[in-house]
Amino acid sequence: MSPEEELQSNVSVASSTRNIVGVLKEHNYLGLSDCSSVGSSNLSGLADDDKATISLKATELTLGLPGSQSPARDTELNSLGPAKLDEKLFFPLLPSKDEICPSSQKNIASGNKRGFADTMDKVPVYTEKNWMFPEAVVATQSVIKKEVAQNIPKGKLSTTNNSSSPPAAKAQIVGWPPVRSYRKNTLATTCKNSDEVDGKPGSGPLFVKVSMDGAPYLRKVDLRSYTNYGELSAALEKMFTTFTLGQCGTSGATGKDVRNETKLKDLLNGKDYVLTYEDKDGDWMLVGDFSWEIFIGVCKKLKIMKGCDAIGLAAAPAPRAMEKSKMRA
Amino acid sequence: MNYFPDEVIEHVFDFVTSHKDRNSISLVCKSWFKIERYSRQNVFIGNCYSISPERLLRRFPCFKSLTLKGKPHFADFNLVPHGWGGFVQPWIEALARSRVGLEELRLKRMVVTDEGLELLSRSFVNFKSLVLVSCEGFSTDGLASIASNCRHLRDLDLQENEIDDHRGQWLSCFPETYTSLVTLNFACLEGETNLVALERLVARSPNLRSLKLNRAVPLDALARLMACAPQIVDLGVGSYEDEQDSESCLKLQAAIRKCTSLRSLSGFLEAAPHCLSAFHPVCHNLTSLNLSYAAEIHGSHLIKLIEHCKKLQRLWILDSIGDKGLEVVASTCKELQELRVFPTDLHGGGNTAVTEDGLVAISAGCPKLHSILYFCQQMTNAALITVARNCPNFIRFRLCILEPHKPDHVTSQPLDEGFGAIVQACKNLKRLSVSGLLTDQVFLYIGMFATQLEMLSIAFAGDTDKGMLYVLNGCKKMRKLEIRDSPFGDAALLADVNKYETMRSLWMSSCEVTLGGCKRLARKAPWLNVEIINENDNNRMEENGYEGRQKVDNKLYLYRTVVGTRVDAPPFVWIL
Repeated sequence: MSPEEELQSNVSVASSTRNIVGVLKEHNYLGLSDCSSVGSSNLSGLADDDKATISLKATELTLGLPGSQSPARDTELNSLGPAKLDEKLFFPLLPSKDEICPSSQKNIASGNKRGFADTMDKVPVYTEKNWMFPEAVVATQSVIKKEVAQNIPKGKLSTTNNSSSPPAAKAQIVGWPPVRSYRKNTLATTCKNSDEVDGKPGSGPLFVKVSMDGAPYLRKVDLRSYTNYGELSAALEKMFTTFTLGQCGTSGATGKDVRNETKLKDLLNGKDYVLTYEDKDGDWMLVGDFSWEIFIGVCKKLKIMKGCDAIGLAAAPAPRAMEKSKMRA
Repeated sequence: MNYFPDEVIEHVFDFVTSHKDRNSISLVCKSWFKIERYSRQNVFIGNCYSISPERLLRRFPCFKSLTLKGKPHFADFNLVPHGWGGFVQPWIEALARSRVGLEELRLKRMVVTDEGLELLSRSFVNFKSLVLVSCEGFSTDGLASIASNCRHLRDLDLQENEIDDHRGQWLSCFPETYTSLVTLNFACLEGETNLVALERLVARSPNLRSLKLNRAVPLDALARLMACAPQIVDLGVGSYEDEQDSESCLKLQAAIRKCTSLRSLSGFLEAAPHCLSAFHPVCHNLTSLNLSYAAEIHGSHLIKLIEHCKKLQRLWILDSIGDKGLEVVASTCKELQELRVFPTDLHGGGNTAVTEDGLVAISAGCPKLHSILYFCQQMTNAALITVARNCPNFIRFRLCILEPHKPDHVTSQPLDEGFGAIVQACKNLKRLSVSGLLTDQVFLYIGMFATQLEMLSIAFAGDTDKGMLYVLNGCKKMRKLEIRDSPFGDAALLADVNKYETMRSLWMSSCEVTLGGCKRLARKAPWLNVEIINENDNNRMEENGYEGRQKVDNKLYLYRTVVGTRVDAPPFVWIL
């Protein structure tokens, strides 16, 4: 399907879904009395009326949705046939009969896949084995295959398939967990202060601002996400590539030279730019004098200066740098 | 009502204070619109780019208080690069040029400058209240202007801002004749504080009710401050590093005993573990306790303090309190309305300080609980269903399971049923954040049951576009929808373009939307600003001709506006 067709069919799905919801709301406020009441721990929290209301609402909402058994996937997307849908198959919250649940799991899975494999070229994601978001690791793969209903009490679950492989090295995801950076930095400072006493390294992220002469805006980097100067330097190069190229005479960020990532490195190596930092005492120092561990302990801000501006910097603080390195040794 | 003179109607309107209500009455008829317009005192603008200062002034010429919010919520988590926008300068300049007698300015996630603060301080004779939350771009020099020039200042409340601390003398800029201070919060300042100036300021401020100190205010200074301000209601302790029975400690204990009005305690940014015991005498009156920065205080000390806090309504704490500690909270704090449990270990290093048991205990013990933010390592559907049954009154429910995609740790099922139970039971739910392993199913529940939902935060959840469609179709009152790392694409984005006019904003990052899809949306909806925040190699996509189909690896932020494209966007923001 071309993107346009795909869009239209899905638009019609959406609007028909909406119509159905509208229709539902008018008709289905009364509770159904025909839901079978198999006791289950999951359902204890719900009132009978609510269960019934859910069941009816749920089934009729299944437009092209999991649980439907109609074979022709395409027509399903366009036609609204609530009458065709088997209410027992669909809603896991329902006190449905045990033998139905496992198959409903499978139908959900297969229903999903067929429909979306047809309409959206997303085969890699929605395969037989892994109908969840691909990053959902091995541990969750077994959810479909297990013949487990939502309402089977804990003790009876078969856990043989449950291969929970913990992620090996937890890569730090940007902005996760969702804790304000102010809070992260404050806790990091507190921990760092107490850890300095204990001699242990701090563990929280350490964000510092990075500015560059001539760049219109600042960036921020987490110093703790690097382990040495090389990594920091590479990251900064990547971040600030566009600026130096702009200054090299290409037309802003649209020049063909964008991909030439070595340019900044050349510039840095060619001493056109140097990396400096502001330490706890407010002095600007050249990066590189101290060991990495000490550096992240004292660095408050970073600045990429033009080489000519930094000449004074190299010479003047040298005696102080020596003093400071003596103090910290 | 039309037979009453305007003054009478206006007087009646004075009793209507909520923004929503005032917006409603302004829609009744032309005459009410006019009366309401001239009498509106407090204006709230949830997105500073939805309207311009000029239009604000045209509509409400007589307001006294302005609240402005700038960056989207996910900017709190470093997802919005520096320089994106949210500059308050044009607002201050426009207001300064006008005749508005501004008395209060409240800003959230905006960029403020020293020049702006200086202009603010000089332009409004009756300026009384400055509240800055999560703002940046200014220094203590700006604070010095405020202190020097605002003769009638009552509140200076700086919450979690990034302020360049020049270690200057801003506190001593308050004139000696200045005595009207009611609120002073500078806890977020990192530098040294002029303690002498601070003590003199507090001593000459008989109306001081709220004082929140930064970490540079040591114990002996705190003791002296409390001795001159026994009327204090809200205290933020800066630093409490001292020996247990030192003279300062004893003086502090004596001062604390006199603070019979103290209702709210926070801070402890640097805290020796034993320090909390000094505050036991005032615990029985405390209604609000924020110990979420006190990383150095052990759980057992926290518990000892909380055992005395029977009237607590609001508690912000770290997960070092543990499930056992939460059980103590549940059995002690029967008045609890709001709970936030923050993670100490941000990298999920296997520290299982609080689990689903703590959450269940709280829900069972605190019948008045209506707002919760809970960070934990693990959760189960059964626990959430129990919580929903115990606490059907949630207005805000935010659960953050630290590991993305984590299923029910007992059954290995997705957490769809648990969250489904929450939205089904809590009929007044206005704000929801979901986490853990979630399929499209949970969004079906949300769309069906969360009829009052106004703000929804989604991360690492869902399977297909249907998930997002359920939400867009079902939640009629949705105002802010923010999604990251979820497989929703163009079909969902474009299904109902008109929906976005009923919302304040939509954020989607690391989803499946394409640049082509965003452009189509922008064409269909000229009343929206559709912004792409682009941090990587921007132009590869356009050059290689894949722009239509290639995934937008960047961030989509769209919002309704009546003033069109903004002019202050940096180059890495594409406005389509």
